[in-house]
Amino acid sequence: MRNLLPVLTVVAALIALWYVAVVPMNAQWAQDQARRAGQDLSLAALVADTMSQSRPRLPAPHQVATELWNSTVVEELTGRRGFMNTGTLSNRSLIYHGWVTLSATLLGFAIGSALGIALAVGIVHNRAMDASVMPWAIASQTIPILAIAPMIIVVLNAIGITGLIPKAIISTYLSFFPVVVGMVKGLRAPEQMQLDLMKTYSASGAQVLAKLRWPSAMPYLFASLKVAIAAALVGAIVAELPTGAVAGLGARLLSGSYYGQTVQIWSALFAAAILAATMVALIGLIQRATLRRMGMAT
Amino acid sequence: MSNENPAVITARNLNLTFQTNDGPVHALKDVSLDIAKGEFVSFIGPSGCGKTTFLRVIADLETPSSGTITVNGLTPEAARKARAYGYVFQAAGLYPWRTIAGNVKLPLEIMGYSRSEQEARVEKVLELVELSGFARKFPWQLSGGMQQRASIARALAFDADILLMDEPFGALDEIVRDRLNEQLLDLWARTQKTIGFVTHSIPEAVYLSTRIVVMSPRPGRITDIIDSPLPRERPLEIRDSPEFIEIAHRVREGLRAGHLDD
Repeated sequence: MRNLLPVLTVVAALIALWYVAVVPMNAQWAQDQARRAGQDLSLAALVADTMSQSRPRLPAPHQVATELWNSTVVEELTGRRGFMNTGTLSNRSLIYHGWVTLSATLLGFAIGSALGIALAVGIVHNRAMDASVMPWAIASQTIPILAIAPMIIVVLNAIGITGLIPKAIISTYLSFFPVVVGMVKGLRAPEQMQLDLMKTYSASGAQVLAKLRWPSAMPYLFASLKVAIAAALVGAIVAELPTGAVAGLGARLLSGSYYGQTVQIWSALFAAAILAATMVALIGLIQRATLRRMGMAT
Repeated sequence: MSNENPAVITARNLNLTFQTNDGPVHALKDVSLDIAKGEFVSFIGPSGCGKTTFLRVIADLETPSSGTITVNGLTPEAARKARAYGYVFQAAGLYPWRTIAGNVKLPLEIMGYSRSEQEARVEKVLELVELSGFARKFPWQLSGGMQQRASIARALAFDADILLMDEPFGALDEIVRDRLNEQLLDLWARTQKTIGFVTHSIPEAVYLSTRIVVMSPRPGRITDIIDSPLPRERPLEIRDSPEFIEIAHRVREGLRAGHLDD
């Protein structure tokens, strides 16, 4: 906790910088409005106005925070379609949209991690896969996801797959890669001496994998899972953008930009960031618990 | 040879050439040697003399270019698959994610011993290397010497008759080393194993061995084989005896002779 003060200082500095930027970004509109009304704006009035516009160019931090609060807790507790009144999540709340995106993220992350681990095991154990899979995996990541996402969704839609699965597949597409790279490195982490020792026991390839390579790869696995889950979230959001999805954080971003609702966009962005940070932190906790139990905690 | 026991390791005209970027390296040249059951044979020589390579050939970790070698009457590969030997490397190489008991158990798990058998054997060999109280500790909680003892326990856990040791105490300080040498002799006396021991320490080789194989580099070959007249029972003080000093002298002469060719 001795890091708390420096961290809070940095956060405070960023928020202050943000507030400072709000004034010039939104001043033009405030002055235009005043001119049209034939009024003269004092500096204090100008600053106050830039902080409270309903569709500012750059919303102030407190506006985003208020919107986040209103579109989550307040909406679910008191909203007409909120959880307290209907028993189901409101389609106007970020909790609902966050969950839609999160479910696709988690499914994509699970498939992507499993695929990444399977590919890494194949690459480490099979010479042909070693030579052939990695270039394709790298090539797959050089294609802009925004270009390929609509095609995946259209193609899957044509064969009758809609909803969660196409989004999860795009999440998979982004999240398998860090796991492959990390796990290939991790599974190759044991020294030659360790492998020689296994050979003196005449251990089978599966035994070497289970008893030596897999435990050695654990630190690498968790590091790559952290990257992968963040990438999976990006994939799920991107998958919601080009299709006019009606639900999900991506849909909120999209409708926000259609209607110039910058506050809504920013709060959706922050919801995504909070979601990603929470998931990464959760993996971090699992990592610490696992490595501690393995006697490898640092 | 002072031993009437049958040979467990027989090497005839072994040659091994490594292909490197700087051209071929003759790691072993015409190496012929018999090691009898229950012997303690040390291989000594400067780096590059092929002592480790020879041990690795016995263990089927390297394949000779020509010549024949049998271990327990089998090819090295068949002997390895029959679990004929335990191998101790220079580094203890314990798995950091396993306790000491877990590390010793590793070969037993791989070889498919039953759970109760595993427990019994772990207990037995940890007692043998005087680590009984440390079964539940993790490797980083032990000193270097204790870690190496644990790795010896690991090599002893399954019933291999042959123990191959590649500079097992090379990274340890002299005081710890003396103690481990004493313990190793005691262990050898109690278990009746055949031991092949690579070292670059003359006192260590003389103190431990029934036979000392002196090797020299470029190409790696045997220059002298010395039968030790020392009794099997060896207190540390034996190293001040005239016999001991005489053998050490002969080993040193052998090593020097190998270097004169340079």
